[in-house]
Amino acid sequence: MFIGKREKRKVLYWLERRLHASPLIELALHKRVPVHKHSVWYYFGGISLLFLMVQIVTGILLMVYYVPELASAHASILKINSGVEFGWFIRSLHSWGANLMIAVVFIHFFSAYFMKAYRKPRELTWLTGVVLLVLCLGFGFTGYLLPWDEVSFFATKIGLDISSKVPVIGDIIATMLRGGTSIGQSTLSRFFTIHVSVLPILLMGLLSVHLAIVQAHGMSEPSDFTKQEDEEKKYEPFFPDFFFKDILVWILAGNLLFALTMLAPWGIGPEADPFAPAPIGIKPEWYFLAMFQFLKLVPPMIGPIEGELFGILVMTIFAGILAAVPFWDTGESKLKSDLATALGVITVLFMVIFSVWGAMS
Amino acid sequence: MSDEEIEIIDGDKKIGRATFVKTAVGGFALLWGGMTLYPVYRYLCPNGEEDASSKIASLDIGKVSDFPAGSGKNFKFGSTPALVIHTTQGDFHAFKAVCTHLGCTVQYRKEKNKIWCACHGGAYDPDSGKNVAGPPPKPLMALKVDIVNDRVIISNA
Ligand code: HEM
Ligand code: FES
Repeated sequence: MFIGKREKRKVLYWLERRLHASPLIELALHKRVPVHKHSVWYYFGGISLLFLMVQIVTGILLMVYYVPELASAHASILKINSGVEFGWFIRSLHSWGANLMIAVVFIHFFSAYFMKAYRKPRELTWLTGVVLLVLCLGFGFTGYLLPWDEVSFFATKIGLDISSKVPVIGDIIATMLRGGTSIGQSTLSRFFTIHVSVLPILLMGLLSVHLAIVQAHGMSEPSDFTKQEDEEKKYEPFFPDFFFKDILVWILAGNLLFALTMLAPWGIGPEADPFAPAPIGIKPEWYFLAMFQFLKLVPPMIGPIEGELFGILVMTIFAGILAAVPFWDTGESKLKSDLATALGVITVLFMVIFSVWGAMS
Repeated sequence: MSDEEIEIIDGDKKIGRATFVKTAVGGFALLWGGMTLYPVYRYLCPNGEEDASSKIASLDIGKVSDFPAGSGKNFKFGSTPALVIHTTQGDFHAFKAVCTHLGCTVQYRKEKNKIWCACHGGAYDPDSGKNVAGPPPKPLMALKVDIVNDRVIISNA
C-alpha cells in the first residue's frame, strides 16, 4: 500500500507523542558492534533467543494435547506423535529445540567467559546469564519427565535422589519437587507446573533484565581489540549491518532445527512402570552426562562422607568459582586472568571428556 | 523541629522517628510476608497421605512353579518395588528392589548371577543381598519368603 510521506510523518508524530520512544530509537540506531576475529561469538545470544521463541510457541501448541495425568501422559504424547496432524512435527521441534537451545546457551556462556566479557561493568550481565543457564537446565530436567516413559522416569528418580543427598535442605527440596517419597502423579503435576509456568515467568523476567543491561553497556570488547589504536578499531552499525547478519544466522539455525526435526523425528520409549527394573544402559540427557559420569566414578564413601555428597560438593564449589569469576578476575592481574582462562579450559575439557566417556560406557 | 529531633522515649533508649517508622514498616512487612508465605509453604508440602494399598504386611505372589530355579522376578510390594529370586540351589530370597545407592529399581541377572542395578552398575549378591560391586553403600533390604501350601508368600522381615 502506498502511504504519502506527509501521512507517514503524521502517524509517526502521533505515536511519538504517546510513546516517547525516540530516545530508544536513537539508542538502537547508534548501537554498534566491534569487528574482530572473535566477532562470531556475538551471535550466540541471538540464537538462544531464536530457540527460546521456538520453545515458547511449540510448548504452547503441545499443551493443547498434552495431559499431565499419570494414566494419560504417555498416551497423549503417542497421540501427538501419530494421531494429531503434524503433531510429531511440533513435538520434534520442541524436543530438538530444547537440546539445541541448551547447547547454544552453553556456547554463549563459554564465549562470554573466554572473551572475559564478565568484567566491570558487566558483572550483573554475567550473573543473570548464569541463572538463565540454570533455568534452561531446569526446563530440560522438568520437561524430560513429562512424556512419562521409562527413561524419563528413572532420570527424574536419580536426579531427585542425588539432590536429596545435599545436607539439611536437600531432602526438603527433593520431597517438595517429588510431592512425596516416590515419583508419581504429584511429581508429574509439580514438574508440569514448573515447566510451563514457573520457569517461563522467571526466564522471561530475568531475560528482560539481561537484555536491558546488555543494551545499556553495548557489546563488550575483548582486550586485544581495546589494545588497538583508535583508528584501527573497526565497528559496524547494529542497524542494519549486524541485524541482517543476525537474521541470516537465525535462518541457518532454524534450518538446522528443521533438518534435525525432519531427519530424526523425536521418538518416545515404552511407558514408565514404577515397579519395573531400571532398563539396562539407562543414561540422562547429554547435558547431565558429564555430571552423571563423574558421580559414577566417585567411590561410595570418601572418608566419613558419602561419595555422592562429596561429588556434589566438588562440582558445586567449582561451579561457584566459575559463576563468581567477575569478582576475582577483574582484569587488574595478569595471573588471575590466566587462571580464569585455565579454569575455563579445564571445565570445557572435563565436560567434553566426561560426556563422551559417559555416552560410550 | 526535624524528624530526628522528635524522640520516642523507650526506657533508656531513644529512638528517632525515622528509625521507628522504618522498624515498624520492616516488622509489618515481615509479619505479613510470613503470614502469606507460611500457608503457601504448607500448601506445597506433600500431604503424606499414602493410599491404603501401600501399607501391606504380606503378599501372595503366586505358585512355586511360577518361579523356575535360577530366575528372578520383580513385583510390587505395597508401594515399593520388590524382587524375588529362586536360586539354582532351590532357595527363595526376596528383597526390596530399591538400590541403596540412588534408589533405582534393581533386577536379577542370570548370566552374572547377580542382582544388578542398571543406573550406575551396582551389584548385589543374590543370596544375601549384600552389595558386592559398584557404588551401592549398603546391602538391599531383605523381605521374608514363606512357602505355604505351594504358594510363595512375601512379608516384611
Ligand atoms: C527453554 C525453554 C524450554 C525447554 C528447554 C524445554 C524442554 C522440554 C523437554 C526436554 C521436553 C520433553 C520433550 C519430549 O521428550 O517430548 C519438554 C516437553 C514439554 N514442554 Fe517444554 N521446554 C521449554 C519451554 C517450554 C514452554 C515455554 C512451554 C509452554 C508454555 C513448554 C511446554 C512443554 C510441554 C507441554 C511438554 C510435554 C510434551 C512433550 O514431552 O513432547 N516447554 N520440554
Ligand atoms: S542407583 Fe543403583 S547403582 Fe546407582
